[in-house]
Amino acid sequence: MSKVSTSFEESVRKIKDGDTLIVGGFGLSGIPENLIQALAEQGTKDLTVVSNNCGVDDWGLGLLLQNRQIKKMIASYVGENKTFESQYLNGELEVELVPQGTLAERIRAGGAGIRGFYTPTGVGTPIAEGKEHKEFDGKTCILEEAIVGDVALVKAWKGDSYGNLIYRYTARNFNPLAAAAGEHTIAEVEEIVEPGELDPNFIHTPSIYVQNILKGDHFEKRIERRTVRQAQ
Amino acid sequence: MSNSREKIISRAVKEIEDGMNVNLGIGMPTLIADRIPETKSVFLHSENGLLGIGPYPVEGEEDGDLINAGKETVTTKKGASFFDNAESFAMIRGGHVDLAILGGMEVSEKGDLANWMIPGKMVKGMGGAMDIVQGARKVVIIMNHVNKHGQSKVRSECELPLTGSQVVDRLITDMAVFDFTENGMVLREILDGSDIETVRQNTEASFTVDESLRKKEGSQ
Repeated sequence: MSKVSTSFEESVRKIKDGDTLIVGGFGLSGIPENLIQALAEQGTKDLTVVSNNCGVDDWGLGLLLQNRQIKKMIASYVGENKTFESQYLNGELEVELVPQGTLAERIRAGGAGIRGFYTPTGVGTPIAEGKEHKEFDGKTCILEEAIVGDVALVKAWKGDSYGNLIYRYTARNFNPLAAAAGEHTIAEVEEIVEPGELDPNFIHTPSIYVQNILKGDHFEKRIERRTVRQAQ
Repeated sequence: MSNSREKIISRAVKEIEDGMNVNLGIGMPTLIADRIPETKSVFLHSENGLLGIGPYPVEGEEDGDLINAGKETVTTKKGASFFDNAESFAMIRGGHVDLAILGGMEVSEKGDLANWMIPGKMVKGMGGAMDIVQGARKVVIIMNHVNKHGQSKVRSECELPLTGSQVVDRLITDMAVFDFTENGMVLREILDGSDIETVRQNTEASFTVDESLRKKEGSQ
């Protein structure tokens, strides 16, 4: 059964007011930019969004912030976004800051059916407050709970019509984790190929995790910090 | 580059040994990368999912799909690998990264580190810092010894919220190098332009002086 759609507008209809969304990407790299734009146009509200960052003011998840579609943000770093700061300071936006490795593992655990895990990360810091502590061989750890999403939005490089996905360079980041942790996972890719064209040895996200796949017509791939060296 | 920054970076790069896998934090630690001698084979780990960071790309070859943890465009070196974020932090928490060099706001005499938030200011987030200080085999913090008001950043207790408790192995400032041991904080080295007395005056934390350093200073 082909999972290919052609309309971003139709694909994001799956997302309802109040849903929890897990969104791939690190900074602006490897973000599902076409799905985010379609969701901004749809205007779905009261979303809980789980993603490492929250875009910049006018791109990525920042577009959903501008529209006041996000009720709660779960992220590890949100420093690149003025809209975020103002909505947080005036109490419109709820924020849960999670260490990056804990965030990745909570999403991984969600996709893998592990309900919680103990980690040393954050012991003795504000994020450990109110969490169960347990000692393992003399090392204190805290209990962290899994995250699952009603919908996951991911960006891959190539995919086939069954939803097998391959990512490119560091644009992989949170995308495979998000794909597995979504009850309904939508993948946007730069190229859709026929089954069999992707070498099974090199599939990053097996098709079982993906419910819907679309090809984006255009990818901006905006760069946050353009750093270059002089040619020799 | 300021004199103090230059001193810190020149000293910090000596922490890197041949064959190591190293994570360099965002900001001043990133500058260490360019100073690693070519005679040393080192893989730099970027927590967004790359082991083997190469130099910045030449103009025109930047690629939005290839960035470091500071969101800067980078390249890869030969032998590099890509992976997802859960795997990236498995490398960190699992003790596979030999060395992490990070910036600091305050370090206490117990080896506590604060480097992610200032109460009353907008909190940007800790990123991967809390995981890295818990997981890397050796954690080296680099920072100026005093703040812009001349107050010691090397404290008896951190005032700022912690990134990690008792996580620092070594502290390199523009004045000195300290180690955190079972017997407390030990002054190991004095950097050019400073002496034990100056370090004492600018350090709120209690520390002992390494024996070899005492002999050296006594002989001068």
